[in-house]
Formats: sequence, C-alpha cells, structure tokens
Amino acid sequence: MTKRFGDRVALRDVSFSVGEGELLAVIGPNGAGKTTLLSILAGILRPDEGEVSRPPEEIGWVPQQPAVYSKLTVRENLRLFARLEKVADPDAVVARMLEQTGLADRADDELGTLSGGNRQRVNIAVGLLADPPVLLLDEPSSSLDPRQRERLWEFVDGLAREHGTSVVFTTHNVAEAERWADRVLVLADGEVLFTGAPQALHRDAERTGVDFETAFVRFLRAQGH
Amino acid sequence: MRWLLVKDLQILRRSKLLVGLLVVYPIAIALLIGIALSRGPDKPRVAFLNQVPIGQTTTNVGGRDVDFTDYADQFFDAIDPLRVRTREEAVDAVESGDALAALIIPPDTVERLNGGLGQAEVEVLYNGDALKQSFVEATIDAELARANAALSRTIGEVAIEDLRILTEGGEIATPLGRQTLLGLKRARDVLERSLARLPADAPERDGLEQVLRFAEQALIGLDFATPALRAVSEPIRVRATVLSGSRTPLDAFAVALAVAVSLLFIAVLLASGVLALEREEQAYGRLVPGLVSRAALLAEKVVLAAACSGLAALAMLCGIGAFTGVDWGRLPLWLVALAAGALGCSALGVAIGALAREVRAASLLGLLVALPLAFLALVPSGAVAGGVHDAITVVNALFPFKPALQALDAAVNGADPGVWGPAAHLLALATGYGILARVALRRF
Repeated sequence: MTKRFGDRVALRDVSFSVGEGELLAVIGPNGAGKTTLLSILAGILRPDEGEVSRPPEEIGWVPQQPAVYSKLTVRENLRLFARLEKVADPDAVVARMLEQTGLADRADDELGTLSGGNRQRVNIAVGLLADPPVLLLDEPSSSLDPRQRERLWEFVDGLAREHGTSVVFTTHNVAEAERWADRVLVLADGEVLFTGAPQALHRDAERTGVDFETAFVRFLRAQGH
Repeated sequence: MRWLLVKDLQILRRSKLLVGLLVVYPIAIALLIGIALSRGPDKPRVAFLNQVPIGQTTTNVGGRDVDFTDYADQFFDAIDPLRVRTREEAVDAVESGDALAALIIPPDTVERLNGGLGQAEVEVLYNGDALKQSFVEATIDAELARANAALSRTIGEVAIEDLRILTEGGEIATPLGRQTLLGLKRARDVLERSLARLPADAPERDGLEQVLRFAEQALIGLDFATPALRAVSEPIRVRATVLSGSRTPLDAFAVALAVAVSLLFIAVLLASGVLALEREEQAYGRLVPGLVSRAALLAEKVVLAAACSGLAALAMLCGIGAFTGVDWGRLPLWLVALAAGALGCSALGVAIGALAREVRAASLLGLLVALPLAFLALVPSGAVAGGVHDAITVVNALFPFKPALQALDAAVNGADPGVWGPAAHLLALATGYGILARVALRRF
C-alpha cells in the first residue's frame, strides 16, 4: 500500500500479511506511519495504491484515544456498538464483554467518570463486540498502569491463542512488542525496514549485551533513521 | 440510524445545562427581537412651557374658532410632557437631563397667528446624545408639522367656503360682522336679464356687457381656484398600494420572527454540535468504516436537530398563541413551515459541524453564522443602497433563515408569498447543505 497526504508520502509500498492467531507488533519512531497504516487497515483511510484483503466489517478497530461516548454508561456504550455491529444477542454479548474486561461493577457508570485505564478497557471491549477475526489495536497500553497493562496483554494474547484472532498492534514500548508479539514490523518514514520475529531483531542485542530497545534504536540508526 | 438517535437523545438527556442553554438562549433572543419590533420606542420626555395667557388660546379664522390647546393635546400623545412654569425651569429640566428637550410656546403666538405680528414661532431646546436628539427632534418636528397642517387645512376650508359664497352668494363673516353677498352667479343672472330687457342700441348696454364678461371670467377663474386651494391645504394625498412584500402587522410578524429565530438557533447549534461530537469523542472513525454510512450519519443528525428544534418552535408558537390571537385553524400550515424550516436550518447545522469538526468551534461558527442571518433578513429594501440590498438578498437566498421566516409568516399570518414556495426553497437548501456536509466529511 502507498498513501500520500499532498506531497508527503506517509506510506510507501508497505506490504505484509498476518496469520490466524498471530500477534503482529508495528513499531517505529514518531511519524513513521503506524497510525496511518492501521487507519487504512480499519477502512477509515483509503490507500492511494494497493488494497487490504479483509473488508472493514471483519476487522475490529481499537483507536488510540477511547472512541466511546463519555456521557453514556459503560453498558450503554457497549450496547450501542453491539446493535450497530448487528450482533445476534446484544445483551448477552455486552454481559460477556463486561465480564471479560472486569467492568461489570462499573457497568452503569458514565464513561466520563472512569479512569483512563478503564476507558481504554471499554474502548477495547467495543472493538471485540463483533468477535472479529482481525483486531487492530493502536497503542492500546499507552494510558494503562503496569498492572492494567499486564491484564490487557494477557487478554489479547488469549484472544489470539484461544480464539485464533489475528492481532495487529502498534506500540512505542518495544519491550512490550518483544514480549507479546509473534512478529514485529519496523516502520520508519513510511517504509517497512524489517519484518520478522523479535528474536531476529534481538540477535544484535544478544551479541553486544544491550537490551531490545537499544538494539532497536541501533537498528534504526543503521538504516539511516 | 435508530440506535444513533437513541444514543444522541440519551446524551442530550444527560446534558441538562447544555440543553437548557440551547433552549433558553434562542428564546430569549427571539423574545427580545420580538418585543423590540412589536413595541415602538418610549415617548421622549419633553419639558413644555405654554406662555400664552389663559383664556387667549383661541383665535378666529374666517369666523371659525380654533383652540390651540387642541393641538397641544395631540402633541402630548406623542411625548411624555414635563410641565414647567418658566423658561428657566425649562432650561434647567433640559440641562439636568430630566427632559430630552423643551418646547416653549411664546405669549404672542396666538396674536401672531391672528395676523397681527407676522409668522408665529415656537422655541425648542435640545439635550442628550445625538441619537436621542435626533429622535426627539423628529418627534417634535412631526408634531409641529401635524399642527401646521391642521391649521393650514382649517384656513383652507374657510377660504374655500368664502369662495363658494362669493360664487353662489350667502352670508360671510367679516371684521365688520356678518354680511350678505349676492354672489357672482346671481349677479351674472341679474345682468343677463337686464341686458335682455334693454334695446339693442341702448348706451348702457356696452358697459353692462363688460361687467357681464367680467362676472363670467371671474366664475371661470374661481372654478379653478377651489381645487387649487384644496391642493394647497393638502398638497400631497397618499394613496397606498402594496405591490409586493409582507402586509403582516408588526405584532403578528414579530410572532413569526421570534419562532423563526428560535428554530434557527436550536437547529444550527444542535446539528453542528452533535455531529462535531462524533469526532471529538473519536467515535466517527469507529462508526463510518462499516457500521454507519456517512450519509446515514448526516441524515440522523439532521433528523434529530430538526425534530428537537421543530418541537421547541411549535411549543413556543403554541405558547404565544395561547396569549395572542393566532388562527389555530392554520395549524397544518404551521407544521409544514416548521418542518421545512427545521430541515433547512438543521442541514446548515450539519454543514457547519462537518466543517468545524470540534464542538466548541462548531458552536462558535454556528452563532457567528446565525446571528447575522437573523439581522440581515430584517433589513428593509429602502434602508440600504441598492447594491448592498442585492447582496443581502443573495445571502438571504443562500441561507435558510429568510425562507423559514417567510414560510412561518405565511403559515401563521397568511402573508405572501405563501408557505409552499419558501418550503420548496428550504428543501432545496437542505439538499445543498447536505451535499456540502457530505463533502466536508472527507476531511472530518
């Protein structure tokens, strides 16, 4: 795929695939094109060239900022999107998601009264309502504390391993990518610099004794970024 | 669309302050405009000093008594009089601001009017800022012009009556008392009979024939003089014909205006706000890829804003109708006008919301657009230069307020050009603004 905004090329010949039940982390510096890439996959933006093999209806989208209504309660938000997703039994799905996200006791609270972490959990829950075969997460853990982050990734990992959901997520936390992703896709200035297992990117770190993040930064510098 | 409507109504139900402001603010503006239009300005307070001695306020014009206190009474209908006893009190009243002006009738006014000392004069003292001065000056000038005109009319009527007596004969009042005049017509008849009895060669015949010709010429001349005098006493008579435009009384028009202003503000602010909220809450990116089409999203916002603003305007119209004499039989036309107006204004609102993209910016832009529209729609054709009025007409045609006002005026008051033309105009505008909003959503 290629995407241009005026004269600026946001994505250039980006091509990749994700297998069933696979966790793919998209990492890269600010302005690399990560959110643009996910927006195209979600169907919000159209690529100037190229295509996405899955239609938007089959892709669950969890944007970086909670895309939910702060004046509605948690339950009302979930019920609204479940109805818009035309799920068979909205109330049953809402109850299941409340249970899965641990928000059952806050179900009738207005979203505006929740912490950032809990809002993000609702945000993710909305993306999962239709049980999509592909889930896109744009920096899902950025507003969570370490405990919430751990619970989130365990939950997402369970989706991939147990439900076979293909998960594509972006993150600035390369350690998180190393720990949870099956593969990483390194994006810089709209170009794919690397695709492969985190361990492949980590070989340099293992050889020189630096951590994964340092190895990632060295890799970017070596590529001229 | 149904679930989005339910969602927006739930959000509105929980935004009590916002909804309260959204309803109270436009209604307050509408009522202020309505009151300002339906009530004239307060009477200016004018100090009044009549120095004409008591008992000498009457003059006689051609045998007809004219009392100047009658003119004073008319004058007091147009001002709030502050009676003073001396010129100094009048000056003090004006200088202290108790009165905007003082009108002083000098003691010799009646005497002058009686013809002894030339033209009568009154004195006017002004105070206050330019606007007030202009207003009070215009009021006093208008009342003095009315008095002058009434006096001139009286004098004219007396003169016409005198001419009639001169022509037809009868009694006439003179400084020497009432006199009986033969009249030119009778004089002519007498002369004709006398000439008929005279021999053809009588020496008196030549002189009598000259007198007869004079009488006939005088009669012809006086025939012209009577309408000329009427013209002088009322040089221009007004025959009013309304070719186009509203003939609605100002009070009834103010009702339509107040409702139209409320409709505009509620529809524009609500439609722009609820659409911009989708982006501000980041939900737009989640809705449009597959859950809701952009057109359906816009339609939902237009329907929501149109329903809310239409109901608020209908409630307002019914409320006003309970206290004024509106024709309830026109209710179906009200509904047509309200529905068309609400759709047009809501479509403008979604276009603003799509362009502004943030709730605060949308609200500000909505106000910036709505306020001038309300005032531009009230600019009368003769109040500005022709080119400016043409530009205002184009602006009014491109925005939904003027046609909504016309539709409501027609629905409530039966004004021209009727409901259906403006309603069709509003639907065309709604379509246009819908397309504009849809295009603007590309960069939403």
